[in-house]
Amino acid sequence: MSEEKLTSKQYLAELSAKHYQDAIDGKKRGELVAWSSSIAPQELCETMGIHVIYPENHAAAIGAKGGALPLINFAEGRGYSVDLCSYARISLAYKDMQECCFENVPLPDLLIICNNICNTLVKWYENLSKELNIPLICIDVPFNNEYEVTQERIDYIKAQFVEAIRQLEEITGKQFDYDRFHEVMEISNRAAKSWNKAMQFTKIVPSPLNGFNIFNYMAMMVTNRGRESSVKLFDMIAEELGELAKNGQTQFPVEEKYRIMWEGIACWPYLSHNFKTFKQYGINMVGSTYPEAWTLLYDAGDLDGMARAYASVMNNCNLARGIDLRVRILEECKCDGAVYHLNRSCKLMDFMQYQLAKEVHKRTGIPYVVFDGDQTDPRNFAKAQFETRIQALVETMELNKAQRKQN
Amino acid sequence: MNVIEKIIEQMNAVVENPSRVVSDYKKETGKGVVGCFPYYTPEEIVHASGMLPIGLWGGETQVAEVHSILPAFTCPIMQSNMEFALRGFYNELEAVIIPAPCDTLKSVGQDWLYVIPQVKAILLVYPQMRKIEGGVQYLKSEFMRVKKEIEAIVGKEISDKDLSQSIDIYNVHRAAMRSFSEMAPLYPVTVTPSIRHLVIKSAFFMEKSRHTTLVNALIQELQKQPVEKTNCKKVILTGIIAEPNGLLELFQENGLTVVGDDLAHESRLFRTDVPADGDPLTRLARQWSLIEGCSLAYDPEKKRGNMIIELAKKTKADGIILCMMKFCDPEEFDYPILASEFEQAKIPLLYLEVDQQSQSLEQLRTRIQAFAEMLVSQQK
Repeated sequence: MSEEKLTSKQYLAELSAKHYQDAIDGKKRGELVAWSSSIAPQELCETMGIHVIYPENHAAAIGAKGGALPLINFAEGRGYSVDLCSYARISLAYKDMQECCFENVPLPDLLIICNNICNTLVKWYENLSKELNIPLICIDVPFNNEYEVTQERIDYIKAQFVEAIRQLEEITGKQFDYDRFHEVMEISNRAAKSWNKAMQFTKIVPSPLNGFNIFNYMAMMVTNRGRESSVKLFDMIAEELGELAKNGQTQFPVEEKYRIMWEGIACWPYLSHNFKTFKQYGINMVGSTYPEAWTLLYDAGDLDGMARAYASVMNNCNLARGIDLRVRILEECKCDGAVYHLNRSCKLMDFMQYQLAKEVHKRTGIPYVVFDGDQTDPRNFAKAQFETRIQALVETMELNKAQRKQN
Repeated sequence: MNVIEKIIEQMNAVVENPSRVVSDYKKETGKGVVGCFPYYTPEEIVHASGMLPIGLWGGETQVAEVHSILPAFTCPIMQSNMEFALRGFYNELEAVIIPAPCDTLKSVGQDWLYVIPQVKAILLVYPQMRKIEGGVQYLKSEFMRVKKEIEAIVGKEISDKDLSQSIDIYNVHRAAMRSFSEMAPLYPVTVTPSIRHLVIKSAFFMEKSRHTTLVNALIQELQKQPVEKTNCKKVILTGIIAEPNGLLELFQENGLTVVGDDLAHESRLFRTDVPADGDPLTRLARQWSLIEGCSLAYDPEKKRGNMIIELAKKTKADGIILCMMKFCDPEEFDYPILASEFEQAKIPLLYLEVDQQSQSLEQLRTRIQAFAEMLVSQQK
């Protein structure tokens, strides 16, 4: 009897549904549920067997399904400024409404954050903690003004791992299992390597990977990166991409005429509009900071390494390193252009972006455009502006191509 | 001119002309001046080196050049600071110190390195897990680096003794400021909202022991006078900063007097002393772990609301005015919680969006007037 081979698409859908269902079922059984920021050390809760919901992931899904506005309006009614991160507004509203167009996730029993992606998290989760009257575990990762993570920072972060473990033992009433911790670290690193391997396919010309699929795939690196199932998923994706590449095929639905880097978070409410605009010109988003963002590598058991990995995520790096990273992505992925999302929700990305774009352009000469948008607030994006900017970029990329041919 | 007027005059002179302060200090001492960005910059280290730390908290100006560096939705203080820097106003400074307690300041520190290369920037990051020993030790290491960079500028080591002396000068100053803040409400005619603000703000542009002398003299003079009775309604200010200056005049015009504040630019700076025990850098680092009720210092219990309510009770305030710095995430996140806590405590709250660059005060005038009328009618 031949069994139909499971595709990565099916498996991804299965894992995503399971992630939410497990938390819902667990909560009903009286098990603990945590809400966590996206690049917090998931190793700790995974070791403790605590269900984890990721509000950023949840908000993005709500945004992508067109359901952000009712929550955003509710948050604004409560006094949250329109200037604040829209993920935060959605999450803080969901805490009260407990209703949305996507999975209705259970409320948390504890909270865990790592501010390596922004300080907004600290304020957002303070409010959740205060209003739900539940403990908040904070792993504070100071911004790297230096190019590398200093030893003083590593020592401080390690001290917080110890404090977090103490808090978790207190909350759960259980001892932290260091053997299991070691095992989770080992799996997490295999998942990170497997993810990274799959993402390498964007470097092939034409790319067998449709860049916008990265936005789907990465959901599992947020919610599931300490598990064997993620290793399996990304191995599967790599295998499928390898097959496509071997046969000169690709996931990208049209001929790949241009390759670009996308800077910043997706514009979730307009994902399909953005993709259609790109497709119209044969633009594949092969360059992204996400492949690296989720490649958190360290040796299992090495807490210094783990601290360094969590402190080295792109949002926590200084501008010099941020520039180097983008230059490397543009070069390695052989990009013809770059699109910068001036995301109204993310001040940390925005307030360095002008310099970032200018310096990267100075070094590479690769043309770029900037558009105004938002990760989930649909009111902060204009289709016409986006289309005009992309059109302008295409014209420049075309000109550059013609010149290259002449030479 | 009486003694009080003379003191106010001296304070006004430095606030009105910071560039004069810089050139005078250099001329008089032969030493330089270091610009200190908000918030909680360790001025004591600069002071101990013999240089003059001055506060860089934006200012009223028309921004233009900054738009090529920062988007329009950047905090107005940082827009002004970068605008001034781009126009070369800070070129006479030996350095600026930029701490990073929020995402905006993380970015501005990095931007500075690329767009203002002519003025040295000393960057540091405060820990949020400030109450664990690891946090204190980490912050000490950051202060150590700041100290080394300051020493490199003056070409001389800062001894523990020098630093301890500066810490003492700052603690004495904090105590004087607290005394002033406590007694100012007794003299609402002399100490108008604008004068109160000026007395506090002028500390950013004077060597601290000199400012302490002036403040103590002011306190002494006030004490000689009988307590002043008015029909003014008493308010507490909270937020980052109570500027532009026109805002303070509007309080006065509408019969409001400031009896206390929780502003980052004012009381938050002198509420908490540097503690006594340990080596000087550890003492400075430990102060950060003792600070409470500030939107920039991690606090999952969010004690700020209750602290303001306590202050309102103690000062018998009629209402609270929240001066919301436009585009300030930390303050904007605190607001909904504060608003519900004040409502529960039945203390009237006025939310004002403030922007140092705002050209018109008309909208603020209407809202302040309505609030003042409401406070008066409540009493009847």
